[in-house]
Amino acid sequence: MARVRTGVRAMGAVLAAVLGASLMGCSSTGGKRAEERAAEEAAEGRSAVNTPRWTFAMVTHSGDGDTFWDIVQKGAEQAALKDNINFLYSHNDEAQQQAELVQTAIDKGVDGLIVSLAKPDAMKAVVAKATEAGIPVITVNSGSAESKSFGALTHIGQDEAIAGEAVGDELDKRGRKKALCVLHEQGNVGHEQRCGGAKESFDGTMQNLYVDGTNMPDVQASIEAKLDADKSIDAVVTLGAPFAAAAVKAKETAGSKAEIDTFDLNASVATGLQNKTLGFAVDQQPYLQGYEAVDLLWLYRYNRNVLGGGLPVLTGPQIITADDADELAEYTKRGTR
Amino acid sequence: MTATGQPVAPEKTDERLLRTSPLRRLLGRPELGSVVGAVAVFLFFAVVADNFLQMSSFGTVLYAASTIGIMAAPVALLMIGGEFDLSAGVMVTSSALISSMFSYQMTANVWVGVFVSLLVTLCFGAFNGFMLTRTKLPSFIITLGTFLMLTGLNLGFTKLISGTVSTKAIGDMEGFDSARKVFASHLTIGDIELKVTILWWVVIVAVATWILLRTRFGNWIFAVGGEADAARAVGVPVIRTKVGLYLGVAFAAWVSGQHLLFSYDVVQSGEGVGNELTYIIAAVIGGCLITGGYGSAIGSAVGAIIFGMTSKGIVYAEWNPDWFKFFLGAMLLLATLLNAWVRKRAEATK
Repeated sequence: MARVRTGVRAMGAVLAAVLGASLMGCSSTGGKRAEERAAEEAAEGRSAVNTPRWTFAMVTHSGDGDTFWDIVQKGAEQAALKDNINFLYSHNDEAQQQAELVQTAIDKGVDGLIVSLAKPDAMKAVVAKATEAGIPVITVNSGSAESKSFGALTHIGQDEAIAGEAVGDELDKRGRKKALCVLHEQGNVGHEQRCGGAKESFDGTMQNLYVDGTNMPDVQASIEAKLDADKSIDAVVTLGAPFAAAAVKAKETAGSKAEIDTFDLNASVATGLQNKTLGFAVDQQPYLQGYEAVDLLWLYRYNRNVLGGGLPVLTGPQIITADDADELAEYTKRGTR
Repeated sequence: MTATGQPVAPEKTDERLLRTSPLRRLLGRPELGSVVGAVAVFLFFAVVADNFLQMSSFGTVLYAASTIGIMAAPVALLMIGGEFDLSAGVMVTSSALISSMFSYQMTANVWVGVFVSLLVTLCFGAFNGFMLTRTKLPSFIITLGTFLMLTGLNLGFTKLISGTVSTKAIGDMEGFDSARKVFASHLTIGDIELKVTILWWVVIVAVATWILLRTRFGNWIFAVGGEADAARAVGVPVIRTKVGLYLGVAFAAWVSGQHLLFSYDVVQSGEGVGNELTYIIAAVIGGCLITGGYGSAIGSAVGAIIFGMTSKGIVYAEWNPDWFKFFLGAMLLLATLLNAWVRKRAEATK
């Protein structure tokens, strides 16, 4: 009993300390309050349309805590707010689980469905079930080749092979000879296409390196080991923004002279581009993928509009270098680029 | 609890031969606590999630439960036998990859690949069992090694043979349709869609229960899990029992693997990692002790149902997915705590 009481007392002391500290040391610049004020000054968050409140579900192959998909979600939520949509988001990186999540959305009888097809074969049957049930489907991010045959209205994303080729060309422009392509999601066809496309258009040699994207220290250690083992590597291409930072650290520890380039963008990549620790980034504008997906579903329900004329709507690739980084830095901090 | 006021049995009868009332016997079952937990979880989601009580949702939840349950039953038996298998998750993927690649590369009838895969997967199980009994290392270490090796083999071989990280489609090959009927068909009754995995699951659980409660081998499982040395001393073939248990897990991994292959036609080489813990959790919720010697196969099925209801119920309830894992963990803890509490009450009334 005495032990319980000391436990409670200790908890109380900790709480009091936290509250006290937060009241004492106020910052007059930046921080959460500035962010809240800015949000208040912006739109009042009312929807701009008078259509009924439809429910749209988005099911992606994202893992937990993924920066890229967080931005996609932000875009989708912004569009949902404007279009008076009840927006549901769910994700799982196992193909079977993702298919089951789509099934739950069908069970719920949603008015529209947004799916990413990183593992298209696993999603085929369940997407067909959705279209049979009369739910309009839009595919995002990956699966441009399958989207149409699965019966989706439109695909929004970038063609991974084209994006890869853009990287290969940019590496040539920068006079690189030996590059490393770091794949952080085993089994993702889109990633294979990126590295494949880059290999295709790159005049030098390119190797693939598989790392476990859910384990950052492991990513860094793997790249480090590779750079240690082969000093002639002069470019490392990572396939996601968070992995660029790991590659930069690995390069420093290994004492390598390789240039680090990356797919996708986030605040630290923008900073990296500004201070020249990174060469270039290839953006596919995730915000746009989420925003457009919701908006196009709304347009379809409201007005039977379909964008793209049967072809994928491309949101990338957009090569971003130090010159563009300045104006994007603000948006990356906000978490929308 | 003292037994005051209860009639004491006459001293001539052996206490092990006492007739207990059927209700007492029911209360003493390892899976009872999990059944109470399952009812609680069901009622909870019936209240908070709109679409949870639809017929179509039942099909979805049962399917989710069956994919876990097929593996959880032999894993439960293995845990009663006092061992772990951390390679169970990736073994499912390995099994699917072997079927698919063998059929494709040999241009053989798909059924040939399916049976080759059965043999190879059973070899993985036998490897686990023999390594364990030969080296005397804990099964945790042995199967951790197998888990990592299989993960590497899955990717390495798939890249080597197919050139990509996933297998080639075999949907147009001979035997595919009949194999799909066996491993991945479904039956639609009104609104409810019942997948064939549910049937596999029921059969596997029934067989596991029969083995555990009605055969000599079942007694051996309890014996080696409870106290291996004592079991050996009274003539229980410990090595054969443990290898048999690992073969059981491998067989179930083969069934699950074939289901993956024939529902999706293409297998991703990187999947299955982490599922082994799900199977263990389902077995533990179902009343298996981590230390071995106690548990049931039916309990593992109830554990799988709890897992299926929770993971899908959270989605039906439209909770923010960021918190998904937290809720899942909390639910599982609560279910297991309830389970332990019910068991304690049941034992106290003995």
